[in-house]
Amino acid sequence: MLQLLPLVFVFPIVGFTLLAFARGRLAEGPAAIVGVGSIGLSALVTLLVGIDFLNNPPPDHAYTHLLWTWMSVDGFAPDFALRLDALSLTMLGVITGVGFFIHLFASWYMRGDDGYDRYFSYMNLFVASMLFLVLGDNLLFLYFGWEGVGLCSYLLIGFWYKDPENGAAARKAFVVTRVGDTFMAIGLFILFHELGTLNIQDLMVKAPNVWAEGSNMATLAALLLLGGAVGKSAQLPLQTWLPDAMAGPTPVSALIHAATMVTAGVYLIARTHVLFELSPFALQCVGWVGAATLLLAGFAGLAQTDIKRVLAYSTMSQIGYMFLALGAGAWSAGIFHLMTHAFFKALLFLTAGSIILALHHEQDIFKMGGLRKQLPFTFAVFLIGCLALVAFPGTSGFFSKDEILWQAWANGHRGLYFAGLFGAFMTALYTFRMVFIVFFGESSAKDVHVPQGISHTLPLAVLAVAAVLGGFIHLPLDSVLPVSHHTDGDFTEAAKHKLEAISVLVSLSGIAVAWFFFHKNRPLAEALARNNIVGNSVRKLWLNAWGFDWLYDLLFKRPYLWFTRVNANDGIDIAIGFIPTTLQAINGALARTQTGQIRWYAMGVAAGAVLILAAVVIP
Amino acid sequence: MTSVSMEHGLLLACVLFALGLTGVLVRRNVIFVLMSLEIMLNAAALAFIAAGSRWQQPDGQIMFILILSLAAAEACVGLALVIQVYKRYVSLDTDALSGMKG
Repeated sequence: MLQLLPLVFVFPIVGFTLLAFARGRLAEGPAAIVGVGSIGLSALVTLLVGIDFLNNPPPDHAYTHLLWTWMSVDGFAPDFALRLDALSLTMLGVITGVGFFIHLFASWYMRGDDGYDRYFSYMNLFVASMLFLVLGDNLLFLYFGWEGVGLCSYLLIGFWYKDPENGAAARKAFVVTRVGDTFMAIGLFILFHELGTLNIQDLMVKAPNVWAEGSNMATLAALLLLGGAVGKSAQLPLQTWLPDAMAGPTPVSALIHAATMVTAGVYLIARTHVLFELSPFALQCVGWVGAATLLLAGFAGLAQTDIKRVLAYSTMSQIGYMFLALGAGAWSAGIFHLMTHAFFKALLFLTAGSIILALHHEQDIFKMGGLRKQLPFTFAVFLIGCLALVAFPGTSGFFSKDEILWQAWANGHRGLYFAGLFGAFMTALYTFRMVFIVFFGESSAKDVHVPQGISHTLPLAVLAVAAVLGGFIHLPLDSVLPVSHHTDGDFTEAAKHKLEAISVLVSLSGIAVAWFFFHKNRPLAEALARNNIVGNSVRKLWLNAWGFDWLYDLLFKRPYLWFTRVNANDGIDIAIGFIPTTLQAINGALARTQTGQIRWYAMGVAAGAVLILAAVVIP
Repeated sequence: MTSVSMEHGLLLACVLFALGLTGVLVRRNVIFVLMSLEIMLNAAALAFIAAGSRWQQPDGQIMFILILSLAAAEACVGLALVIQVYKRYVSLDTDALSGMKG
């Protein structure tokens, strides 16, 4: 069964090829069958391989499938090999499983769009690239998938390319993530230069032998990889692209910008965990980047008015939790949260898409209101997603987030714990602000079109079930990731339950505060946030996510544009221009000798012959 | 039969060659240019004959036959081109055929 592994990504590639060459000639039905079916088959293969892997674990709990040697240049011979272990199996399940339901939903969501098959060809290419990323046995292969998903993200954000704003958002996402990717590429160069290989397993074995713990080189390599992870996962300071990426179709936001691609950074750090363990400083950076991002995004989420942007900031904040978990040494908990987050955030995005279509492409939450009665099913699944997001007891989010928090405490990272706890309060606040504004209160939307169809309802129902029960999935990650070492020796079960109780209380109080301000006493919230100068400016600051866009505009964009303006005449170009000018002059002079008169040429031949003879005869 | 010395033969060849070259450079009528070319070829052939006679070798005469047939072929192609040129331009002036001016 394990030999079937390559089929996992063969199906999406075949789907992509068929759809890409159809180029708009395929009707919606066949396009959906190819686009969704390929991911379905891929999910089926994942299921078969996964069951076999769990029932008959291969030696060392890892299976490597060598396809071929990619290239062989002077001792550098990266293999084109797939590696399946518990970590990549988890990612595989999320990508193909959640991915399949998102594709199914998209076949409903995108109906009537001009680029129906173009959309599915990009989506299939994305899934294939993402599978390369998680299955790659060496960092070069991983990097190949890493750039592939970046490209697909660009193509899909700018899917509705006729609006120049979407194109700008796509370019922004591409350029900002490219900054991180450049760091990562330099990191790979350093790893290859110092350790002589890019095979992940070899690296993990060699690194501790070559580098002492805390050595500068290990820290540098780990920080550069962190740079790549930060760019892809929209963490501070490269987080600005994610909210704008919401310009793409909503299923794209669910698949790429919530469930899979943005968690690639978490995967990368978990995959190269040995490097980060060698460098306590880099690991600390991971934790604090996560903590800072989750708080910053939490506040920003509180002021947004676009439902997708609220969810975007929430995604950023939840990935912050994953980074925090990795930084606190709670490796498995971070990956566990990655999985549960994929379930409930995909659910929330798809539900948001359903609401947006029901209201004829309305995304402003203040123009929704009171949708509870008009869209009862949507309300139910959205509420489930929100409860999982705020870690309500019993939902999947509760298990994963609580594990992160108590492990952070038990591993002695008190600062990270309190940041996470405060983040949990903020999460509950902005999530239920959205719930109360969208589903409760006065109904302001008149013309509500209730979405119907199995391809709309089934994915939402399945993901809702997963969002509730996903917490009971036990991931056998201990064979891949280090078990977290509790520095707090006298940490007991009782203390763990106490911490759980505290975080539940914090979440519930967040919901209560949201209920008070955004349901019971909405005018008071208005008065606080809009009708006085302090509240208004704070609200504006949060709406613009602490003004990072403005800052980067000032620091990078304007100086660059200024330089291009100053250099419009291009001083270097003038200097280099001397060469073509000279050549042109010579060319002009020589062209004049070509008179077109045969006698002139004969004269030239004769003169040339005389000259050559003279040169030979005269000694 | 008194043999002609090589120097005389070569001198005659040189004179003929110079005459031919002058004709090619000076004449504008294509027919005359072709005739001048024939003279140049024959001058070269004469040089071979003179040399062959000096060293008593048959190679000079072989080269002469070769040049003779080459000249015939050249005249054939050249005259065909002349006919085509005349049909197209109604002129045999070489200076008029300056379509390749750079």
